[in-house]
Order: sequence, then structure tokens, then C-alpha cells
Amino acid sequence: MGEPWRIVVAKPGLDGHDRGAKVVARALRDAGNEVIYTGLRRSAQQIVDTVRDEDARFLGLSSLSGAHGHLFPKVCELLRTEGLNDVIVFGGGIIPDDDRQALFDCGIRAIFGPGTPTSEILEFIEISTQRENSGVGQESDWHWTSTS
Amino acid sequence: MEYLQEATTGCRRSLARSLTALESRTLSLEQALSVVGTRPVVDDGEWQTLAITGAPGVGKSCLLDGLLRQWAGQGLRIAVLAVDPSSPRTGGALLGDRVRMTVVDDAALKNNIYLRSIATRKSSGSVPVIVEDMTHFLLALGWDKVVIETVGAGQSEVRCAAVADRILVVEGPARGDGIQAEKAGLLELADAVFVNKSDLPGAELHADELRESYQLGLGAPPPVLLTSALHGIGLEAAANLLLSLPASGRSTKARWRERLLAFHERKILESPQLDELLLELAKGSIEFKDALSFIGDAHE
Repeated sequence: MGEPWRIVVAKPGLDGHDRGAKVVARALRDAGNEVIYTGLRRSAQQIVDTVRDEDARFLGLSSLSGAHGHLFPKVCELLRTEGLNDVIVFGGGIIPDDDRQALFDCGIRAIFGPGTPTSEILEFIEISTQRENSGVGQESDWHWTSTS
Repeated sequence: MEYLQEATTGCRRSLARSLTALESRTLSLEQALSVVGTRPVVDDGEWQTLAITGAPGVGKSCLLDGLLRQWAGQGLRIAVLAVDPSSPRTGGALLGDRVRMTVVDDAALKNNIYLRSIATRKSSGSVPVIVEDMTHFLLALGWDKVVIETVGAGQSEVRCAAVADRILVVEGPARGDGIQAEKAGLLELADAVFVNKSDLPGAELHADELRESYQLGLGAPPPVLLTSALHGIGLEAAANLLLSLPASGRSTKARWRERLLAFHERKILESPQLDELLLELAKGSIEFKDALSFIGDAHE
């Protein structure tokens, strides 16, 4: 086995629902990754500081508050400002279908809704690292097509 | 290795990348130090590395957060290596020390603190061997002190002695009766003991039992302090006491034993043939002494 991926799982904004984030963190852990969990109610800047200081390859954002349309793009923008262009960002939570394209446009490569099998998230991790230019600041139209 | 050069200018991202390279062994400590310089030498009485250890759940992370606020507020620049265990089955880890570390979110203090979560990976014990290299590197980069928060450690886990100048053992109330304080192990190597959660019943009693136990031993007893990280009680005194804490000097031999063991373990874990040798051992085609001599020879 090679080096484990370092993955930050973060809860941006005023949102106390962390069951989903914990399930995802656990699945990533059990697949042999090193998962850094931020805890609840983090600001975009705090999340980006964490990704930078922990040298994470992936960032998973979870939101069930309805504020994803504001918070997710802000995190992506700050990542690019810090030069963390190669970090691969994925999201999850309650994200209506109509909102998803805007998030893909700001560099998020996958959105996983309720009912996603954790195996699908692991598959995304695998495939996105094999593709070139899947980082948040890299030019690519590619995004994962989620089953839910 | 451009990032090494950038790390010397204070670029956090490059610092983080350098630590990853050290951890994955794609960068050796010698290579790193050849770019960033060597670690500064300090007086004998001063410490550069502190290990915070103790049982799971006694409040190590929370207490460290309070101490860091004090130190960072005084202008000290501190790097923290927070260790959590890797799964022996899958190699994965959940690194959760950041959840308690609110100091890194404090806009006024965060530039004085660097926090890195580390998994034990293949290492046995509460501090992985690579922490030693990371510590050297961080000190060479100009961080004033490095604090290592170990995995929640049991009574006999003393590997942190191999890497730290000082050892702080964190205890909590209701951790058993007076006999627990008499048992041999980790407490003997402590340069200071903090009984945390002092707001809960039993904390003072436990501190008294520890003090009494130390009085029965040889040499100067380490200070035993009461703290409540949650309520911020005793933290200022604790932070100041630690800064000027002398080495207990009671356990020089034990420390060197841990260093020797850590060195030996590292030799084994870094052997490129390790996986192969483990398979051979499992098959029964070689014996332990063959494996060890093979690892030893390969390093010559």
C-alpha cells in the first residue's frame, strides 16, 4: 500500500448536523486514508487554513443548512487565493439538484446527497486522483456524476 | 525542492509540504537541514520540545489549547505535532485533535501557532519515529518550541521520552485509588504532572495522592498542579511553570533506553524489505534472528 491520502472533512457555517460528515469520515478512514475532522461551525478561512497546514490532498465539505450556495464557493475561492489549486474538493449534504451546476462551476468535483453509498465516494477519490486537473484551481469541466 | 526554500521565508504551505515529504521519506532530514540550516542551540536549562501525554480523555488537547493561548499571547511561536492512532488493520486514521484546538482559529494568535495532525502509521507506541525528524526541521525553521501531543497513552507508554526534552503527564480525577499513583511507569518519567478537570470531584484528592507518592521516591519530586482547561482555571500558572521547568533528571537512563529502542524500531520500519520479511516470517521460511540480521546488514 502506498501513502495514505490526507483528507480534511469540514463543516462550514452555522450547521450542527454532523452525522453525514462523520459517516463519510469513517468510510474514508476505513479505506486507509488519514482523515482530519475540523468539528462544527467553521468559517471558510478556518477551513482553508486547516487544508493548508495539514497539507491535505482532498477537502470534503458538508452542509445541511441551505447555505451551501454561499459557503462552498467562498471556500473554493479562498483555496485558490492561498495557491492551493491542486486540492480536490467534494461536497455533500442537502444540496438540491438545481444548485449543483453552480458548485461544479466554482471547482467542486462531486456532490453527494443522502443515500449515496460510501463506496461511491471512495470510487470518486480513486478516480479523481488518476485524472489530471481535478484540483479546485485547475481548468477542467469534469465532475463526478453522482447517483443521488 | 523549491518548497524547502519557500518554507524558510515563512510560507505555511511549503512548510506543510516539507513535513509531508519527511513523513513519506521522499525527503531526508539531512537534505532538509542542508537548505534550512540547523536547529539553534539553547542553554542546558531550557527546553525546545515538550511531550504532553496521558490517558485518553483526560483533556490533553483541551489543556494544550489553553497553554498555547498563553504562550502565543506572550509572543512565542509554537509548532504542535498532534498524534492520533492509525488503524492496525487498514492503516487509516481519524485525526481529531483539531476539534479542540480553537487557538488556531484565533485571528490574533494563529500566526504564532502551527498545528499538524499526525497518524502513528506503522510505529508502535504513542509517538511515531518520524516525529523526531519533524521536530528537528521545525526548530531549524525558527519555531521557538515544538510540543508533541501523544496518542492517549497507558501506564507504561514512555516512548515520548525518546523525542522530548520535557514530559508533561496529564491526569484526571477519579482515575483510581491511591494505589494507581504508586504503580511504576509513565508517572516516574514526568517532569510535571497536571491533574486536569479540577472542577470535578476527586481532583484534589488525586493530586494529593500523587504528591505523596512522589515524596516516597528518590530525587526532587516533579510539580503537581491542578488545572481546569474547560474553565480556564490554573492555566496561566501552568503555562509559566512549564516555560521555566527544569528537567527532573530522575530518569536519564530510561530516556536513553527509549531513544535506543526508537532508533532500533526506525531501522526496522524503514527497511525496504520489511513487507517481504514479514511474509517470510509468516510462512516460517526464516526466523526472527535472520530477519533482524538481514535488516541490520542492509543498513550497513
